Amino acid sequence: MLRTKSISGDLLKLQKEIQGYADEYGLDYFPQIFEMCDYDTINILAAQGGFPIRYPHWKFGMDYDQLSKGYRYGIQKIYEMVINTDPCYAYLLEVNNWLDQKLVMAHVYGHNDFFKNNMWFANTNRNMMDVMANHGSKIRRYMERYGTEKVELFIDKVLSIENLIDINNLFETSDVLQSRKDKLKKFNQEKATGGYMVDDRSQALKSFMRTKDKQDQAEFDGPEPLKSSVGAEKVSYKGQRDILKFLIEHAPMEDWELDVLACLREEAYYFLPQRMTKIMNEGWASYWHSKILNYKALDSSEFIDFASKHAGVMAMSKKNINPYKIGIELFRDIEFRWNTGRFGKEYNECTNMHAKENWDTKAGLGRQKIFEIRKTHNDISFINEFLTPEFCNRQQLFTYKYNPRTSRMEIDKRDFEDIKHKLLTQLTNFGSPIIQIEDANYKNRKELLLKHIHAGVDLDMQFAGETIKNIYHMWKRPVNLTTSYEDKEVVFTFDGKELKTSS
Amino acid sequence: MDHPIKKDHARFRKIVKGKIRDNLRKYVSQGQQIIPKGNDQFKIPMPSIDIPRFRFGDKSEGGAGQGDGQPGDPVDGQPGDGEPGQGEAGEGEGNKELEVEMGVDELATILGEELELPKIEPKGKNQLSSTVDKYTSIGTTGPDSLRHLKRTYKQALKRQISMGIYDPQNPVVVPHRQDYRYRAADTKIEMQNSAVVIYMMDVSGSMGEEQKEIVRTESFWINLWLKSQYKDIEIRYIIHDATAKEVDEDTFFRTRESGGTLISSALKLCKEIIETDYNPNEWNIYPFHFSDGDNWSADDTKSCLQLLDDFILPNSNMFCYGQVESRYGSGQFYKDLNQKYGSEHDEVILSKIKNKEAILDSIKEFLGKGK
Repeated sequence: MLRTKSISGDLLKLQKEIQGYADEYGLDYFPQIFEMCDYDTINILAAQGGFPIRYPHWKFGMDYDQLSKGYRYGIQKIYEMVINTDPCYAYLLEVNNWLDQKLVMAHVYGHNDFFKNNMWFANTNRNMMDVMANHGSKIRRYMERYGTEKVELFIDKVLSIENLIDINNLFETSDVLQSRKDKLKKFNQEKATGGYMVDDRSQALKSFMRTKDKQDQAEFDGPEPLKSSVGAEKVSYKGQRDILKFLIEHAPMEDWELDVLACLREEAYYFLPQRMTKIMNEGWASYWHSKILNYKALDSSEFIDFASKHAGVMAMSKKNINPYKIGIELFRDIEFRWNTGRFGKEYNECTNMHAKENWDTKAGLGRQKIFEIRKTHNDISFINEFLTPEFCNRQQLFTYKYNPRTSRMEIDKRDFEDIKHKLLTQLTNFGSPIIQIEDANYKNRKELLLKHIHAGVDLDMQFAGETIKNIYHMWKRPVNLTTSYEDKEVVFTFDGKELKTSS
Repeated sequence: MDHPIKKDHARFRKIVKGKIRDNLRKYVSQGQQIIPKGNDQFKIPMPSIDIPRFRFGDKSEGGAGQGDGQPGDPVDGQPGDGEPGQGEAGEGEGNKELEVEMGVDELATILGEELELPKIEPKGKNQLSSTVDKYTSIGTTGPDSLRHLKRTYKQALKRQISMGIYDPQNPVVVPHRQDYRYRAADTKIEMQNSAVVIYMMDVSGSMGEEQKEIVRTESFWINLWLKSQYKDIEIRYIIHDATAKEVDEDTFFRTRESGGTLISSALKLCKEIIETDYNPNEWNIYPFHFSDGDNWSADDTKSCLQLLDDFILPNSNMFCYGQVESRYGSGQFYKDLNQKYGSEHDEVILSKIKNKEAILDSIKEFLGKGK
């Protein structure tokens, strides 16, 4: 359906060449496929998170609107798209010049290596193209059956809570995976015998429905959730952060709604690792495009152009941290430190500044170290472990804050601890507030009590109120949220009629 | 077949225009935060819809940045400046603030289209008209001083080619009398209408920064529209608490006073301004009053209504009252006006502006009558 075509001729030769360099450097990647497309197609793909087919929703139209306007007015242009799949797909823009294509290819091999090796991606579904397309056709069918507006309205509500997922669920332990496999096996057997549940509901939902059925038999005598054993519920749900999962398992919704919820949850988890490794992923890819181009692939006539392009990508911003820039510099810094042995007890405890300045044990462990890091870290641990005062200083990092007197943002400090703290706060829980279940049978009236773990920054209250309303529509009983606002404890309650605030 | 995203796109456009999915309209942000950029250029954010979700609200917490500068230096530029050109699949990109630069005229046209504003019919009293000659067309007769050489030679060339006497080797073109072309004038009648906008704002203690921001944005759009409709426009500003004074634009938006509120003081001053400077027979007069609806006493409200009835309403195109919701305001003045004028009087237009998002609706209320 999409207007992309595989590359051929000189570009294919170029890919072979770049791939050769990637091999020399020891990058470990999925088979790489490059496709060529025009700007409209790349805008469509970008609007849909990189995937050719998604479910119908106006938000893709919105992103497409902004991207194509941005392109038309010359504000921004997408050079490249790469998707975490196996084989790994990446799209090249046909209007790009030869140097751009070179740069993009090298960059893509970096991303590909990262997708394949970083442990936070270990459980992502590499067949996501098919999964997304399936979700699309399923939701289209629901729209035909129940009406576009009705389904779209529900999707809006789900999107409103799609950030209520738990990063810890990215690592399901092996026994969980095993039990899932068993269930799949059982399901296939049943399917073969024409038994129970042969339908087109998503795999994700089915595994939930199965557990729900079991619980229903054991504890409940009807579709009503949480009808019995109040005390036990309190213990079992408190602290749960995967609120999407909780709703799928316990909220009284129609089957199609549960299915849509399960589909969107699966997609949210798929994108989660990318949100958690933005700095590392971009840093890693930039490190490698720079390495490959500078040392191998560049023609001598291309150096100036490359330098200017690279500088554009690495531009520093006063208002926010450019992940490309911080990422690449941090990887380079680590490589340098481990090459010269500037780590460990001896180095840290050295008080002779001169010796420290010229420290070099010729350890030569840099390359090895960064390969290790790209395997085990995410942005938070990356910043937490490797950000140093010297680095902050060299990179001219600072913190800024709002000055009410001049009503503008002003540079506050260049203090290492502050910078680190600010960066880590921004990265915590992929930039979303932490919301967890406190009580699923609040006031013994099946009300839902959510708790915002306040970490210094208040919630956007208007949005929080609207979001609670959306949860109410799924839970069908009053929803409460405790948080603190302007240093006071407050509780929001939506009972289906009005939003109340009490402190 | 077109890609299905075109359907999503069409649907998004319809939502933004408010044609479908009314429940989403409150999340639509479009063009409110307009930023002048010199040379009559403006940056406007493109329309977008924010799906509500749990997110951090307090932006004043600041963040971390990179670059030179001393503590206390402003961190300017928009978020996203210097964003690199490469995108990665499925990245949650957060706030995308794309901006388009466009001129005032274009902006006014968009405003008019989006809100379906009618063209203003200037007051029917003394419309001064004048004829203007503009040399925009071409004729076959005229004085030599207006001869259009290029057109004349073109015509001669056409004639020579069609007669077969043009020689590309020796490209000499000689115009004859019948080839001569002259610049000719189109006569247009232009209305010499002029308008004055008088803004009055309550700056008593209860009007906070947010309320003033709303007034500022709203008045920007109103000016924009009226400027596109009138040839000459003057803008006057009055602030008042218990007393009123005329100020310049800058002071109008910055002043914060405290104390009581006597709305009649502003209306009195407004009357004086009109009497001294603007003959109502020649000027289209637009008094706008913004407040949070608190007035000192019922007596004062009575004298306000008296002033409106006796002088302001008969002499102006319409009187607009915008009530900005504030934590402290009672909103009584709106009720009083509404009780007296209701919806039957179209020369009094009342609008409640709850928050920034309501600004566009309120502009439509004010300007939607075409007066």
